[in-house]
Amino acid sequence: MKEPLGATGLMLNEPLLWEKGKKGRCAFSLPRRDVEPRPLDRELTGEGPDFPDLSEVDIVRHYTRLSQWNFGVDTGMYPLGSCTMKYNPKTNEKQASLPGFTGAHPLLPADLCQGALRMMFELEQYLAEITGMDAITLQPAAGAHGELCGMLLIHAYHKSKGSQRSKIIVPDTAHGTNPASAALFGYRPVPVTSNEQGMLSPEAVAELMDEDTAGIMVTNPNTLGLFEENIREIAEIVHSKGGLVYCDGANVNAVMGIVKMGETGVDVMQLNLHKTFSTPHGGGGPGSGPVCVNKHLEPFLPVPRVVEENGKYALSENYPESIGKLQAFHGSFGVMIKAYSYICSMGPENLKKASQLAVLNANYVKEKLKGTLHLPYDRPCMHECVFSDKDQAADNVTTLDMAKRLMDYGFHPPTIYFPLVVHGAIMVEPTETESKENIDQFIEAFKAIAREAGQSADLLHGAPKNCKVKRLDEVTAARKPCLAG
Amino acid sequence: MKKISELDLPDDIRYAEDHEWARLEGDKIRTGIDDYAQDQLGDIVFVELPQVGDTFKKGEEFATVESVKAVSECYLPVGGEITAVNTALEESPELVNKSPYGDGWFVEVKLNDPSELDALMTNKDYLEKLKGAE
Repeated sequence: MKEPLGATGLMLNEPLLWEKGKKGRCAFSLPRRDVEPRPLDRELTGEGPDFPDLSEVDIVRHYTRLSQWNFGVDTGMYPLGSCTMKYNPKTNEKQASLPGFTGAHPLLPADLCQGALRMMFELEQYLAEITGMDAITLQPAAGAHGELCGMLLIHAYHKSKGSQRSKIIVPDTAHGTNPASAALFGYRPVPVTSNEQGMLSPEAVAELMDEDTAGIMVTNPNTLGLFEENIREIAEIVHSKGGLVYCDGANVNAVMGIVKMGETGVDVMQLNLHKTFSTPHGGGGPGSGPVCVNKHLEPFLPVPRVVEENGKYALSENYPESIGKLQAFHGSFGVMIKAYSYICSMGPENLKKASQLAVLNANYVKEKLKGTLHLPYDRPCMHECVFSDKDQAADNVTTLDMAKRLMDYGFHPPTIYFPLVVHGAIMVEPTETESKENIDQFIEAFKAIAREAGQSADLLHGAPKNCKVKRLDEVTAARKPCLAG
Repeated sequence: MKKISELDLPDDIRYAEDHEWARLEGDKIRTGIDDYAQDQLGDIVFVELPQVGDTFKKGEEFATVESVKAVSECYLPVGGEITAVNTALEESPELVNKSPYGDGWFVEVKLNDPSELDALMTNKDYLEKLKGAE
């Protein structure tokens, strides 16, 4: 295609459902009643909810319209750094909607849900193989819940050794949820600054690590998209003082089947199935954040756990040192099926290749755009690269302006103003699912925007121009939020 | 964003490394964030302040500011007890952008050690430091 991706088309307005409704319209018909009517207890009755009366076509058009205003991985490139917005293959949805899965009640006796239990058991095994860790729990609901689970496991480990520790080290290149999860659990996060190369240095960790420190939370690859090359040495320092290494595995898409995390000294790590394993992310969720551990933490994993004996699967609560249950049932089961489907359809070689291509794509973007945007850490990156708006400062154009303008060109903006260690950060993660042609178009769009910044900054200050909703007043929205229609 | 030369850095106050300011008023000081900090943060949408009676050491985190870009911690430029907080910021956080040294002040502190105030930078030193960091 020679034309630019972003264009304008007929955009239709859509009222609220309440404005659309008309008394007496209906979108469903109930089966004929075949029992005598009985009045309900008065305590159980009252005013019904304020729902509009709508016909089927009203509802279908309403939600179709809203989806047309939206942007997702099915409509275009979504290079949102740190979020791994890869394409979600449709076969995942097909497998997850198999009646044997959708009809299974979570309280079914094991004999009647062997398939569901087997899927969970095998998914745990696959995830262990991909990450090089020993055991897995699938229970956590998403990444941050996995982090909290990790903190509970670390605490349980120290308790079993008869010790109680109060602090945890968190680098400035970690995900923001890391210190939050540690603090929610009750550990005091101790920040450590990364060095000039954007790396965590063993010396900095050695200075902080003591016998009151439970461990360290490292995001690897980190939020600058760099692999923490000193991770082994850092792990040795932490282990030598009796601490444990938590790895935020949100960025595992760069290293699937390539890095054996256990061998880098990691004791516990969460995965984000909704990032790395192609299950829907964001509004299409929910998430799922399995936690992987090394052998010495396995006794503490949440219960119930799926166990196998002679080809029969069962749920076992027989783990006396377990931290207990983290979920009402077994976790985001539907999401697990989609990740299982992805792993089976890719196979080991293609999963590894996906990571290699994710890294290649990010490095391609980095090299092609580094003359256009300022690149604070000019070195080979992993699955994402971080630019800044430093070169556009003279034109009075900011990261926000460029991100907004990118929408006019038909792309979802990258992550902006994160990580905090880069002033005015622009964090691009193209993922492996974009073709070279798509990525080239993205690069050209960014180059065009940088030219516009030099020539007509006002165009960028007012962007986006082509979207249904133009530049939002984010300040008023944050200061005086309107939380109800 | 403002150029360094456009910043308003009055000479009757002292400045801390982390871009807080302090002004002596009797035996107390008033503090807040300076023009450079408010400009860099952009539109401030929320300020979380400590309670009257809380005590902090010099350099301890005493407040957080949230702008449309980020949440940042603020560190008390001198140690002491909080004797007043600017409750107007609850409803009108934009005062920090409009008047960082006036209506946008954060807290009033009873100083533990007056020499801590002298250790802070003058506007000239602070300006040099900002230029150096450019």
